[in-house]
Amino acid sequence: MIELMERTDRAHYEADLKRVQALESPAWMKDIREAGAARFAEMDFPHYKQEAWRLTNVGPVVKTPFRSVVGEPSGHVTPDDVAAHLYDAPEWTQLVFVDGFLSRELSRMGDSTQAVRVGGIGEAVAKGDEILEEHLAKSAEYTNAFVALNTAFLQDGAYIHVSEGAAPSAPIHLLFISTGVDTIASYPRNLIILGKSAEAEIVESYVGLNNTAGYLNNVVTEIVMEDNATLRRYKVVREGSAGHHLATTKVMQGRDTNFHSFSISLTGQIVRNELDVVLGGEGANALLSGLYLNDGDRLIDNALRVTHASPKCYSRMAYKGVLDGTSRSVFTGKVLVPQGSQQTDSNQLNNNLLLSDKATLDTKPQLEIFADDVKCTHGATIGGFPRELIFYFQSRGMTEAMAHAILTFGFASEIVDKINIDPLRERLSKYVFDKYRPK
Amino acid sequence: MAMLEISNLHVSVDGHEILKGVNLIVDAGEVHAIMGPNGSGKSTLALALAGHGAYEVTEGSVTFLGHDDFLDMPPEERARLGLFLAFQYPVEIPGISNAYFLQSALNEMRKSHGMEELDAFEFQDLLAEKMELVKVDPSFADRNVNEGFSGGEKKRNEILQMAVMEPRLAILDETDSGLDIDALRIVAEGINRLRGKDRAFVLVTHYQRMLNYVKPDFVHVLYQGKFAKSGGPELALELEDKGYDWLKESVPA
Ligand SMILES: Nc1ncnc2c1ncn2[C@@H]1O[C@H](COP(=O)(O)OP(=O)(O)OP(=O)(O)O)[C@@H](O)[C@H]1O
Ligand SMILES: [Mg+2]
Repeated sequence: MIELMERTDRAHYEADLKRVQALESPAWMKDIREAGAARFAEMDFPHYKQEAWRLTNVGPVVKTPFRSVVGEPSGHVTPDDVAAHLYDAPEWTQLVFVDGFLSRELSRMGDSTQAVRVGGIGEAVAKGDEILEEHLAKSAEYTNAFVALNTAFLQDGAYIHVSEGAAPSAPIHLLFISTGVDTIASYPRNLIILGKSAEAEIVESYVGLNNTAGYLNNVVTEIVMEDNATLRRYKVVREGSAGHHLATTKVMQGRDTNFHSFSISLTGQIVRNELDVVLGGEGANALLSGLYLNDGDRLIDNALRVTHASPKCYSRMAYKGVLDGTSRSVFTGKVLVPQGSQQTDSNQLNNNLLLSDKATLDTKPQLEIFADDVKCTHGATIGGFPRELIFYFQSRGMTEAMAHAILTFGFASEIVDKINIDPLRERLSKYVFDKYRPK
Repeated sequence: MAMLEISNLHVSVDGHEILKGVNLIVDAGEVHAIMGPNGSGKSTLALALAGHGAYEVTEGSVTFLGHDDFLDMPPEERARLGLFLAFQYPVEIPGISNAYFLQSALNEMRKSHGMEELDAFEFQDLLAEKMELVKVDPSFADRNVNEGFSGGEKKRNEILQMAVMEPRLAILDETDSGLDIDALRIVAEGINRLRGKDRAFVLVTHYQRMLNYVKPDFVHVLYQGKFAKSGGPELALELEDKGYDWLKESVPA
C-alpha cells in the first residue's frame, strides 16, 4: 500500500526530470544528473520501516507534489528581502542563492582569487573547472532518495576552493533564500574543498521568506579536507514555518585535519540534518556541536555518522535541544570504528531540555566497534529545571516565567557561546533570548 | 511597628511538622543571631519566610513591613518587598553569568518599586562598586552563577547579591560556614558596612566566630522547632561553652 502511494507520488518529479535533462550542459554534468535520476528510480522514499527513519515521518514531504525548480529561481527576491539576513561585515564574502541559484546581484562577492575561489557551481560548470569536475558528486553517498533527487536536479550551489596553505581573511557566508512561492522543491548543491593546510570559516544560512508555503529545500553539501586543513562550519536553519529542510552533508577528512561543525536548527516544519563524517587519515579531528530549538508540531532530526576510518582519530558530538509544544526531535549518533582503527577516541552527548510534556524525543547512540584499543563514550539526558533552581530566581525577585526564560537561554547559550564569529554569535544569542523571553 | 513579626509559626515539610510555634520580633536596625543544633529547623524557618513551596505553614502568622498578607505572597513578591535569603546551599546556574542574573533581579525589583531599569552600562558600574564593597574578585561578574565556585566562593557570591539587592531584611543561613578565616572577616566587614538603621539582619550560625565580627543585639536558640532560649550576645558564648544539651529542660514537652 505504502509502496504504491510512493510510486504514484513520483510523477511530478519525473516530469521535471525531463526538463532538467533537457538543459544545455557539458556531457560530464549530464552524466552526473542521469546517474542521480537512475538511482532515484531504484530507490524508495524513506519510510518508517527503515531504521534510520523509524521516527522521522517524512510522509508530508513524500506526498506533496512539488514543482522542482529548473533553470531559474521560482520567485523574485529584492535586496531588501535579504538585507536582514546578511551580516554587516564589509570584509566578508557573502553569496546569496535564491531557490538554489546564485544571484550575483544580491551577493557581496569578495575577490575570487586563484588561492581562494568562491562562486557558484553553475557558472564554474559552464566555464569548465577541473577541480570541480574531479570532486563534484564524488563523495556524497546515496543514503536516501532525496540525495538522489538532489543529484538528479544538480544545477547550482556554492563552490569554494581554498588551495594549499591558503586561508581567507574573513568568514565566507552562504545565504540560501527559499522564496517558497507555492510548493516548490529546490536543490542547492555545495562543494567545499580545502587543500593541504588550508583554513576557512564558512557560515551557511538557510532562510525562508514565506511562512505559509510547504516548500522543500533539498540540500547536499560535499566537503573535502586535505591533510592538515582546518574548517569551521556553521550551519543555521531558519526555513519558513511550513517549509521543509532535508539536508545531507558529507565530509571527507584527511590526515591531521580539524573539522569543527556547528549545526543550529531554529525554524522549519520538517528539518533533517544528516551529517556524515569520514576520518580518513591519522590524527583527524571532528568536533560536531549542535543546537535545536523545537516547538509547535515540528520535527527536527539530526542524524550524525562518524566513521573512524583511520587510527588515532578524535571525534566529539555535543548536541543540545530545547523541546516544546508537541514537537518531535530525533538524535542519532552513529560511530563506526572498523578493525585496525586503534586509539580511536570518540564521545557523544545529547542533552535535552523538556519544556512541555507533550514534546517527544528519540535519542540513540549507535556504536559499531570492531577495533579493541578504543575509547568510545556516550550519554544523553532529558529533563526540566529542578525546583530549587526556579526558587533561587524567585528568591531574587524574579517570577517563575522569568526563571524559565533565563534558564532556557542559559541552556542554549552553552552551545551558542562557543561560536567564535562575533556577529553570528550575537545574532543567534539575541534570537534565543527573544524566543524564550516571557511574553 | 516591628519590621518582622512572627507569631506561633508552625511549618510542615512532607507532612512532618518541623517548626512548632516560633515567635520572633525583629526591628529595623537590629541584628539577630539564630543558633541551634543540626536539624532543629533553622533553614526551615528561613526557607518558609522566603516562600519555598515545600514548606507549608499550617498555623501562625507573619507580618513584614506592615504586610499582614505576607504569607500569601509568592516568593518573588516577598523578595521585592525587601526580604533577602542567603542560602545555606546556593545552587549553580549553568549558562547564566552573575552579572546578567543580578541585573535581571535588580531590574525586577526596581520595576516593582516604580523605578527605571538600569541598562547594562549603568548596572556594570553599580556591580563594580558592590564588588569592591564586599571585596569579591571582578571575575565573578562574567562567571556563571555559582558554577564551579568553591563552597566559600558561593557564600561570598550570596553576600555580593545581597549588596546589590539592598534588602530591608537579610537572612543569612550559615553564610559563615565554609569560609576561611580571611574570607570570614571580609564577609563580616561587608555585612557591617551594610548595617544601617533601616536594615535588619538574621544570622543563622553555628559559630561564635562570626558573632565576634558582627555583634548581634539578640541571640536565639532554636531547639526542636521552637525557640528554647533568647538573650544577648553572651548567650552565644554560653552555648559555645556548654553545647545544647542543657537546653533540654527548658523546652516544654
Ligand atoms: N524537604 C524535606 N523533606 C523532609 N524533611 C525535611 C526536608 N527539609 C527539612 N527536613 C527536615 O527538617 C528538619 C529541620 O531541617 P533544617 O534544614 O531546617 O535544619 P537546620 O536547623 O537548618 O539544620 P542545620 O544546622 O544542619 O543546617 C530536619 O530534620 C530535616 O531532615
Ligand atoms: Mg540549615
